[in-house]
Amino acid sequence: MMPDLGKYVVEVLSAYAVSIVLLLGLVWISVRAARKARETLAAVEARKEKRDG
Amino acid sequence: MSIWEYANPKKFIATTTPVLPWVMWAAAVTLVVGLVWGFFFTPDDYRQGSTVKIFYLHVPAAMMAINIWVMMLVTSLIWLIRRHHVSALAAKAAGPIGIVMTLIALFTGAVWGQPIWGTWWVWDPRLTSFLILFLFYLGYMALWTAIEDDDTAADLTSVLCIVGSVFAVLSRYAVNFWNQGLHQGASLSLDAEENVADVFWYPALVCIAGFILLFVALVILRTHTEIRLRRARALETRMRA
Repeated sequence: MMPDLGKYVVEVLSAYAVSIVLLLGLVWISVRAARKARETLAAVEARKEKRDG
Repeated sequence: MSIWEYANPKKFIATTTPVLPWVMWAAAVTLVVGLVWGFFFTPDDYRQGSTVKIFYLHVPAAMMAINIWVMMLVTSLIWLIRRHHVSALAAKAAGPIGIVMTLIALFTGAVWGQPIWGTWWVWDPRLTSFLILFLFYLGYMALWTAIEDDDTAADLTSVLCIVGSVFAVLSRYAVNFWNQGLHQGASLSLDAEENVADVFWYPALVCIAGFILLFVALVILRTHTEIRLRRARALETRMRA
């Protein structure tokens, strides 16, 4: 299944590994920040509602 | 209905939220198909050998790095001219995505260049302007975090974005302007005679589509985040007053 990368195996595999890690890291950080922002806003809105009655 | 209605944060979130999961899944599927096709099912190039497989990452990432800056330029201009907050926040949201794309393009370019050019790096016009574009991305994000007032930060980062656009254009057209350096001209062209062979071209197109969809999904998600955080800060300030 794995293609024969010949003498460039390190170059090709490192290019794919680093790129995939960077892309997945960006997605993970973005999703985590989105979840935190939703929770923060919900908490502030709840506090405001409680204060305003 | 005017397009400017979408500059309303509530309207923007309400319109883009149902679309977001579809774009995310489309990005994931397209990227996996394109990269698997390019890595496992394409032949080696007769000159570059298996390093041609790096092309499926390097070209889309470099294209996105430049075009994301252009998108940031457009949204920054909208902010400066029409003062729509969503446009400034969309530019801010796009910054980190652009940094990652620039890093991928620089890294994959270096690991491809070492065996093919015999060097990791050369101070060629295209590579140098691309490195400066990367530094502009870093400066842009640093400026957003350094200034406390959101509107002032949006103003100053918009000006920085306009200045940095020179390097975004240079990194795309440096080869044509100076006609020197190691970096070749456009690998992908609509001119069939200049283009790479179809066996490399089709998976590259799928990868480019995947990178574009990933950018759209992430920029929507990150703009939602910025809108919510700003709303939370505004409510906190109002409650303290």
